[in-house]
Amino acid sequence: MHVAAGARMVDFAGWYMPVQYTSIIEEHLAVRSAAGMFDVSHMGEVEIEGPGALDVCARAFTNDPRSLEVGSAQYSLLPDHRGRILDDVIVYRTGAERFLVCVNAANAEHDYEHLKAFATDAARIVDRSAQTSLIALQGPSAAAILAPLAPSLAALERFAVAAGEIAGIAVLAARTGYTGEDGFEFFCANRDAPGLWATLSAAGAPHGVVAAGLGARDTLRLEAALPLYGHELGEEITPWEARVGWAVKLNRPDMTGFAQLRAAKVDKARRRLVGLGLTRRIAREGYKVLQGDTVVGEVTSGSHCPSLGRAAALALVNANAIDADIAVEVRGESYPAQVLPLPFYKRAQ
Amino acid sequence: MEFPDNLHYTKEHEWVRLEDDGTVLMGITDYAQDALGDIVYVELPVVSDEPVTKDEPFAVVESVKAVSDIYVPISGEITEVNDELPNSPEVLNQDCYGDGWLVRLKPSDTEEFEELLSAKDYQSFIDELS
Repeated sequence: MHVAAGARMVDFAGWYMPVQYTSIIEEHLAVRSAAGMFDVSHMGEVEIEGPGALDVCARAFTNDPRSLEVGSAQYSLLPDHRGRILDDVIVYRTGAERFLVCVNAANAEHDYEHLKAFATDAARIVDRSAQTSLIALQGPSAAAILAPLAPSLAALERFAVAAGEIAGIAVLAARTGYTGEDGFEFFCANRDAPGLWATLSAAGAPHGVVAAGLGARDTLRLEAALPLYGHELGEEITPWEARVGWAVKLNRPDMTGFAQLRAAKVDKARRRLVGLGLTRRIAREGYKVLQGDTVVGEVTSGSHCPSLGRAAALALVNANAIDADIAVEVRGESYPAQVLPLPFYKRAQ
Repeated sequence: MEFPDNLHYTKEHEWVRLEDDGTVLMGITDYAQDALGDIVYVELPVVSDEPVTKDEPFAVVESVKAVSDIYVPISGEITEVNDELPNSPEVLNQDCYGDGWLVRLKPSDTEEFEELLSAKDYQSFIDELS
């Protein structure tokens, strides 16, 4: 399918995925101005169901699943018993006793093994990743594309989720995404994915929808300063350093790793995720952040940001260094950087 | 993908054109620009009497996806650089054999020409890569 569309494919976390169809910049700009479709079926899906499902979610995740209404979704973090972050996830409450957790591809197996330990007689934990595809439709025209196909799904509120049908294909639709734009994500059975892709593609054609790959997905989420696990998040990075401390509800001592997370919050002043702008080069992951000759941090993600028309990077920097003159070492040479407010890009409301 | 017959090529995916005045013009090949994808930054060397030596890195091309060194294809002096390019790096994707030229060199050792590939040989080299 994607190969037929001229996609350049790459092996990603064991999945054969499209990186780019035409040009990362063109795909990126199309998502910002019209809409793009992403096959993100590599993402993992774990279902937690049963009378004890809510309790499992409350223990396993850092946000507050108890405040999550049926038909709503919540960004959350998955900590281990030492308060280290194993993954960042979206928890969808699809029923009173049923939750679907969308996890990162690279962590999917590990997350499932970790979550399985929470299973009780009252809560089953099931890995749905192998049977489930995920297609994202993102951009300001997403709702207009979806409306004639599924009016009720197109009317979903931000972070709402509902089961429905698109051209006879059963989907779980959510108004979520990873691009900084309005949009939807559709979970469906693998066998239905090509049909759903074709349907959305045809309906979106008059609106200028494009097929977009993982390359554009990365530049879009970078501009929106959405963290990517393994870059801005990891076991050695606290939620407060990564600016996602808001997703840790410390009024819930029942959460896994509570004491360590509480301690990590107090210590949050150590490092901070900052936005850096460069003019003549791209600061890429792993490049050192310098203050004079001293290394004060490291770039976690960086690229050219098409909507900004400049290179920008996210970097974990020592908190006491942030206000001073900062540079990035680009292959042995020091390039001055400018601290930029985050997110780099914010869509017009 | 196009590899014009009147150019010579290196295995580092650069092209070289021998000019009537004895200088050479160089740039990157269609294969290189396609593999890099959207090119967003170009750093060129400065014009200088200081000689540069074949195979040493002397320019950088950066795309959204990757950063890539450009190597000196023929030893010599840099007599001219394409000053327009850093301001419009997308020209490298659009016209890599024309307006996307990088540097003009005055060769110091014409015997090095022998090591360059013909269009046909470069095509064979590319075929082996994929």
